Amino acid sequence: MSKIEVTPGMFSKLESKPTLKTPITLLLSALVVIAFFGFLGKPGDVSFVWSDKREAIQLPAFTVNSMLFCTVVGVVLLLIAAFSIYRSVHAKKTPVWLIAIFGFGVMMALLGWLATGAVQGVQMIFILSNTLVLAIPLILGGMAGVMSERVGVVNIAIEGQLLTGAFVSAVVGTMTGNLYVGMVAAMVAAGVLSMVLASLAIKYLVEQIIIGVLLNVLVIGITNFLHSAWLDNDSSHLNYPGTFDKIALPLLSDIPVLGQVLFNNRITVYLMFIIVPVLWFILFRTKLGLRARAVGEHPLAADTVGINVAKTRFWWVTLGGMVAGLGGAALTIGNVGSFGREMSAGQGFIALAVVILGRWQPIYVTLAALLFGFTIILRVWANQVSPGIPVDFITMVPYLVTLVAVAGFAGKVRPPAASGQPYIKG
Amino acid sequence: MSAKKVKLESPAQEDKATSVLREIMAGDPVRIALSVLLGFFIGAIFMVVFNEDVVSSWSEFGADPNYALSTVWWTVQDGYGALFTGSVFNLQADTFFEGIRPLTETLRFAAPLIMAGLGVALTFRVGLFNIGATGQIMMGLAGATFVSTRVHLPMIIHMMVAVLAAVLCAMVWGIIVGILKSRTGAHEVIVTIMLNYVATSFFTYLLREPNLLLEANGGGTPKSDNPDDTAKLGALLGPEFNLHFGLIFAVISVFAYWWLMERSTFGFRFKMVGHNASAARAAGIKVENTFVWALAISAAFAGLAAANQGLSVDGGLTPSIEAGIGFDAITVALLGGSRAGGVVMAGLLFGAFKAGSATMQVAGVSPEVLGVVKALIVLFIAAPPIIRAFYRLPKPSIKVIESAQKAKAAKVVK
Repeated sequence: MSKIEVTPGMFSKLESKPTLKTPITLLLSALVVIAFFGFLGKPGDVSFVWSDKREAIQLPAFTVNSMLFCTVVGVVLLLIAAFSIYRSVHAKKTPVWLIAIFGFGVMMALLGWLATGAVQGVQMIFILSNTLVLAIPLILGGMAGVMSERVGVVNIAIEGQLLTGAFVSAVVGTMTGNLYVGMVAAMVAAGVLSMVLASLAIKYLVEQIIIGVLLNVLVIGITNFLHSAWLDNDSSHLNYPGTFDKIALPLLSDIPVLGQVLFNNRITVYLMFIIVPVLWFILFRTKLGLRARAVGEHPLAADTVGINVAKTRFWWVTLGGMVAGLGGAALTIGNVGSFGREMSAGQGFIALAVVILGRWQPIYVTLAALLFGFTIILRVWANQVSPGIPVDFITMVPYLVTLVAVAGFAGKVRPPAASGQPYIKG
Repeated sequence: MSAKKVKLESPAQEDKATSVLREIMAGDPVRIALSVLLGFFIGAIFMVVFNEDVVSSWSEFGADPNYALSTVWWTVQDGYGALFTGSVFNLQADTFFEGIRPLTETLRFAAPLIMAGLGVALTFRVGLFNIGATGQIMMGLAGATFVSTRVHLPMIIHMMVAVLAAVLCAMVWGIIVGILKSRTGAHEVIVTIMLNYVATSFFTYLLREPNLLLEANGGGTPKSDNPDDTAKLGALLGPEFNLHFGLIFAVISVFAYWWLMERSTFGFRFKMVGHNASAARAAGIKVENTFVWALAISAAFAGLAAANQGLSVDGGLTPSIEAGIGFDAITVALLGGSRAGGVVMAGLLFGAFKAGSATMQVAGVSPEVLGVVKALIVLFIAAPPIIRAFYRLPKPSIKVIESAQKAKAAKVVK
């Protein structure tokens, strides 16, 4: 299981020669946009609303013919695909920011197509800010996945860590009346859960995937029981934490569109803004990160140069669990305001997918998580503006994208080489 | 890490998972019994600590210690007593027939768990960690529902065709995993998680579409018609009992699984790949094809579980008919050590938990405590160090493990 075939030249430049898979995927997507949303799209106008009524600076709504808009977007996407083909022919990779722009283009075309003829138009602020808030647990869960897989421990227990964080933050937040205490307690609880995972996986060499699945089952069992046997009896004193207040950053929050989306949020969102770049920096720019990655890629080599493999793994997994606990807190005191039965609802598993889609790199993982956050809000919003749309298909899209990514159609995805392998010091 | 770490496998060995699975399989009955015991014990602690009567009686412990202790006893007795009454035998029943009704309920709940559990167990034996039973059941349900509500055939034949449709649809889903795994090297855990979500959405979509599976005059909620009577699984013990023919399928599945894994060359190949894929490849076994076959057959078992669910309902299906069976199947397979007999026992235990939930609810004990018990039991069995530490059992020495592995290897070679 989690077999990594070491092929000759695996670690050399030659091996990572870009293929035409990415450009072809982009080309096909661009053609789909032009054909289905453009030429075969809905006749009528669509308006993109860029401002809330409360904002100081009001941007005018942008109204345009839907078919024309989607065709123009499609042509731009086609140009990006062409550029990507050009890069590949010259043995260069398509930059990720370009793929992100491409994804944004597809998203805009989809939104325009859906909201054609709808009175309220496309409320960009609503969609973007909800995308961000809904993606927070996925992003932080994804960071937990990155942190443990980078040191070679597969973390299937993200679901359990999120649920633990959600539960503990709600209960402790209510009982103490201080949400910050709740947040810290959530991180500690999820960290302890990760210590169980880490010690069983590292010290006792229990299969990591099995232990992860079972910890999920255990946390689901315990929280379900406590929810029905304890919280439900007196939910106003146990499970009524409310949410953090939104903090509008001075000046920054006055920027049109972006200000409302990015800089008028709860503390959980701001913490994410800090954690992701810091984690990226530590992983790829510091000695600490280099050591961690060495442990995940080749523990024997790391051990040989004097890095304590077991200790490194243990602490990275534990810290990762704490970050996931914060993600769980974002579910309750960062968004909904109370704990619900199994409220993580598979988001920990989506976080796993996000880790792979983002290739174990914090920034890319965040982008991938935003894609999933977008589909969650899209499902809700699509039903309002355009009833009768098969929302179930929209729900499927990110999972299919992940499948395509893991199957390597859009470029080979390589996990840390020693991910999932216990290291036995000889 | 300490230097005297138990070395379970050589680092070069390709299939790391199987060593643990092997240890679980080789798990001695004593350790399993201790795990079950400890699971129930901790479950009892949960019941007691979060019981209001107990908490209030203990706050006045000094005044009446006997009462405080007896509330503890009564709480546990109420809870597990209700579990027994609901899942094994009802002592208050007037007739013996009524008395064993709970047992038949346990069997009814256990049947789909056993079938799906066998499917997951099969992939464990091949060294794959397949958690895709949920998706396979969803696809099987789609097939079964289509045949049972949209196609009209005579008695028995209709039921057979519906079961076949469920099995085939589920197998398609399993084969996709197999092909992605063997052709592209995609990790089966991720693939199956994704396919679970895709299948759930797909089935919900089918149930929403009037032309496909939505019930006649249906509205916005995804729900199908009631299956035709000709397609339903008949009652096994007469109309007084809910037990239906699904149990027969489960029994056949168990024997089929046992024969496949223990007696057939096919199963021999599966196990060989599971023990050591490199060695199997060197011996001329097409490992990639074996993965596809294993996932296809595994999905067929899940398809039977789907048929069991889809063809036994009264009043239309919703996606909730899956009832967490796909996920429980993983724990059933782990608890059962991936062997036919073990899976039957584990399925019966989990079936009893499901059957007993209702009576526990009536008795005023949250049946959710069983979820904790369930998780703990499997955790203890999957992680031997915990149970060894708790009961202070001796660690198996390196020599014992090595000789056991050698004996196993010798057996395989034979």
